[in-house]
Order: sequence, then structure tokens, then C-alpha cells
Amino acid sequence: MRIRFVLAEIFHGFRRNLTMISAVILVTFVSLSAVGAALMLQLQVDRLKGAWYDKVEVQVWLCPAEVQDEGNCAAGAVTADQQQAVEDRLNSSELAPYVDEVTVETKEEVYQSFQDRFSGSYLAEEVTQDSLGPVLHVKMSDPTNFEVVTDAVGTMPGVLETYDQSDLFEPLFDVLAKVRLAALAIALVLALAAILLITTTIRLSALSRQRETSIMKLVGASNIFIQLPFMLEGAVAALLGSALAVGALWGVTRFWLADWVQANFDLLMGQINPMDVFKVAPWLVLAAVVLAGFSSALTLRRFTKV
Amino acid sequence: MTWPGDALVTSPTAQKGQQRSAVITFENVTKIYARGARPALDGLSLEIPRGQFCFLVGASGSGKSTLLSVVLREERATSGKVYVLGQDITRMPSRRIPRFRRQIGAVFQDFRLLEGKNVFDNVAFAMQVIGRPRHAIMRSVPDVLKLVGLGGKEKRMPHELSGGEQQRVAIARAAVNRPRILLADEPTGNLDPRTSEGIMTVLERVNQTGTTVVMATHDVGLVDRGGHRVVELVEGRIVRDESSGYYGGDA
Ligand SMILES: Nc1ncnc2c1ncn2[C@@H]1O[C@H](COP(=O)(O)OP(=O)(O)O)[C@@H](O)[C@H]1O
Ligand SMILES: [Mg+2]
Repeated sequence: MRIRFVLAEIFHGFRRNLTMISAVILVTFVSLSAVGAALMLQLQVDRLKGAWYDKVEVQVWLCPAEVQDEGNCAAGAVTADQQQAVEDRLNSSELAPYVDEVTVETKEEVYQSFQDRFSGSYLAEEVTQDSLGPVLHVKMSDPTNFEVVTDAVGTMPGVLETYDQSDLFEPLFDVLAKVRLAALAIALVLALAAILLITTTIRLSALSRQRETSIMKLVGASNIFIQLPFMLEGAVAALLGSALAVGALWGVTRFWLADWVQANFDLLMGQINPMDVFKVAPWLVLAAVVLAGFSSALTLRRFTKV
Repeated sequence: MTWPGDALVTSPTAQKGQQRSAVITFENVTKIYARGARPALDGLSLEIPRGQFCFLVGASGSGKSTLLSVVLREERATSGKVYVLGQDITRMPSRRIPRFRRQIGAVFQDFRLLEGKNVFDNVAFAMQVIGRPRHAIMRSVPDVLKLVGLGGKEKRMPHELSGGEQQRVAIARAAVNRPRILLADEPTGNLDPRTSEGIMTVLERVNQTGTTVVMATHDVGLVDRGGHRVVELVEGRIVRDESSGYYGGDA
């Protein structure tokens, strides 16, 4: 009986405040879409970082036979002992937390891959086996720690130079971090707008039902009973808004963004997974409920004073 | 004077000492509104015993409505003590007020019905909002509608009723939860004399079920039908209190 009665009251409120309720649904829809987009961007950045970090490595170039006075190559080509010392250092327990794997590319292999890569260009003809030394490829557990490796082996005898690829990805991550921050800021502003609008709606709805509530107070209805229809009204509107937001995000990523990115930015952006929407959806629904609850509490506390 | 054991006012012995069978007791009650120049109630003391029918008379602004809203705890007494049904309501915490009000019915000059609900639903509303079960509603509402003389008009909307009938709906709503006290603030203020007679009869009928009735009114004709207590207020003070009086005093 009570539940039926409360539901009937909510339906009543919806019909009476249709325009305001629609506004609440739309504003929560827009603001939660922004929040959702920001969250999905976060997921995408994490995924990209993962993908790129897998490819990023630190390279330790050892001294070739033909060498000018560069690096630590005063004694000419790297000796087997020197190379072993560098490898031992990289595999030491001290560096173990940072280093995943060390692979050795002999100077013949380096020469071969150089030829393959630059075949046809004059570089490939100029270069000789003696102008290239072996290269140690160091896979990092976290590539942002490349300095630990370069500091450890950069000054060892027989090392021509260390080369990390951080220059490649750091500016990119910088931009992504800024985009992420901007998206978050926009989402917060929109969430604030949603709170204000839901608050206003609940207040209007409460005003338009002052007669009911004054009679309720008169006959001794408990505060929670008086407030419940308004709170649920706000919650239902916000939930509808969040459902629309989830639907829109899914539609946009599935039918538009995924194809567009694949066609234009595949290498840069990687895959976009429309299923990400469902990872952020529970948070959006939660946000909607919190938005509505917060707004209700804010409005109704004063309104139902006995 | 201070009463011994003020903190114990809700204990049975303390009540017995101070209130005997009174359901409403005012002790030296003053009410000053925040923006009011003079007190609306001015050191007023009054006892209304269980089962009584009591008229409050007096000019506009003499404090009748204020007295009733203090009983309902819509307004808080500025000073003095107010005991209703054995409880000191000047000290009652807000969260206990809803439950307290379930024991009191109230009707007003302007009926205060819900325009969108029919007669049955208007009366049922008072039971629904305090969470009474469906079967109790189905049982009590027709009974109380019969009591106020509206049997058979359950499906009418308020705008399809005369003023007198609307007030009967309001009385039914106030009485449906079987309150111990019924407060009526000029219930016939908008009605013609014949219709007022009918309302008066209904209120007396409610009174006969054991409910204490306090009725503020300007209606000389009703008061002078006789037989009920009359309390007259002037500027928030009681100037006359007769156990069976007339509107204008000894006539
Ligand atoms: N809410 C209020 N705020 C300020 N003054 C009020 C308020 N209600 C009543 N009063 C004042 O209190 C006095 C008593 O009013 P009221 O109790 O309504 O008298 P009655 O019902 O006998 O006409 C009047 O002077 C009135 O102006
Ligand atoms: Mg009045």
C-alpha cells in the first residue's frame, strides 16, 4: 500500500512538472556524458600507455671497431669482458626491479637490420660491419625509469652511448594529460549545473505540492514519508539521464569514433573499445544517484521543517 | 512558581498531580511572534478535560488561532508550559512531533482539500501518509464518511460539492484516524447559518465518540444553542470562562 501510494505520488509529480523533469533528465544526460567521456579518455590513455610502454626500450650501444673519440671508447672496440661487465650490471639484483629483460644483438645482427631498414639508401652502402657495435636492448618494467639504467651503465668502459625513447612519448603523454584534465574540468562544471537544476526542480515541485505536504504535516506524516516522493522523483530523473548518457556514449564510440579513429589515427590512438562504456556505466549511475540525493538533501531539509 | 519534578512531566504520577483528566493544559502561556508587537497569547492558563466540547470566542486577533496552533505545535509557546495528552509539548523534540500529531485532528475555515482527489481519496490520504494498511483504510473511510453524513458521495470531486459538504470531508479526514482531540478553527466561517448547523451537528457527533473538541468561532447562533463551555479571549487573555455559556456572556 505504502509503496503503491508513493509511486502514485511520484507519477503525479512527473506529470505536473514535465518540463522541469525533462530539463533535469537532459542536464544530467549532458553532464554525465561529459563525465563518462572523461573517464573513457582516462581508460584509453591507460591502454595507450600500456601499448607504447611495451614497445619502448633503452638501448645500450657498445663501441664498434671503427670509432672516433666518442663515449667511453678510448680503447677501440668493446671487449668481451667489457660487454660481459655491462650485461652483468644490467642483470644485477640492484637493477632487477627496473629491468624486465636484456637481449643482445650482435654487431652482425645490427648490421643486417641496418641493411634491411635502409636498403637502397646511401647510408646502407656507407656503413660497414666495423662501424657498428653490438647493441643491448633493455626492456623496462616502467619505461619512465630509464634514467636508472642510463646512469648505471652510461659511463662504463666499452659503452658508446645509451639511447632511450622517452623523447618520443613524453610530449604525447603531456598533451593527453592536459586533454584529460580539461575534460574533467568541463565534466565538473556540468555536474554543478546538474546539481543546481535538480535542486531548483525539487524546490518547484515541493512548492507546487505545498497543499499536500501541509496536510501531510497536519495529520502527522513522518518527514521521510513527506520527502520520499520528491527524492525519488529526483533520483528517477537523474537515473534516466544517466541511462541516456550511457546509451549515447556507447552509440558514439561504437558507430562513429571507433571507425573514425581506425581510419585516421590507428597508430597513434590504438583501438577504441565501445565496451569501455560499460566499465564507466556503473560510475555514471552512481554519480546520478549521488547528484540527486545531494540535491534533495540540500533542498528538502528546510522545506519539511515541522 | 516552579513545579516539582519538571523533568518527570511525562511520568504518570507527575501527570496525575498536575492535570487530572485534562487533555490540554496551558500554564501561564505567552506567545510573541517574531514580528508581533504585542503578545498573541498573554500569560494564558487553561484546562480542557477529556471529552469536553469547548468554544473559543473573541474578536479577530484575540489569539484563538494562535492558541490552536500552539496545541498542534505548529507554533511554539514563547514561555509557559503546554501539556497535551500528558506530554509537555514545549519540550518535545521535532522528530517526535509527527507521531504526536496523529492523535489530533484539525479543520479550518478554508477546508484545505486536495482538488485532484475525490472524497474517498481525500479522507484516505490522512491514513495513507501515516502508513496505515489498505484493509484499515477500506474499513475506516466509509464509516467516517457515514458519520459526517457523506455516505454515497465517495466518488465526488471537491469542486462538485457544496461548501458544507467540503467541510464535512475535511472533518472526516480529521476524524478518520480516531484522534483524541479535534481542533476546529472557524469551521463555519464560510458557510450560511443552516449549513453551519449541520456542521455543528457533525462536530457534536464526533465529540460523542469520545473526542475532545475545541472550536474557535464567531458564530453567535451556534454558541448560543447552549450546552457547551465558552472561553472568551481578549488580546490573548481569558476574560470569561463559563461551563455552559453564550456568545456574548450572560444574556
Ligand atoms: N504568523 C504570525 N506572525 C505575526 N503575528 C501573527 C501571526 N499570526 C497571528 N499573529 C498576530 O497574533 C495575534 C492573534 O492572532 P490570531 O491568533 O490569528 O487571532 P484570531 O484567530 O483570534 O483572529 C494578532 O495580533 C495577529 O496579528
Ligand atoms: Mg483566527
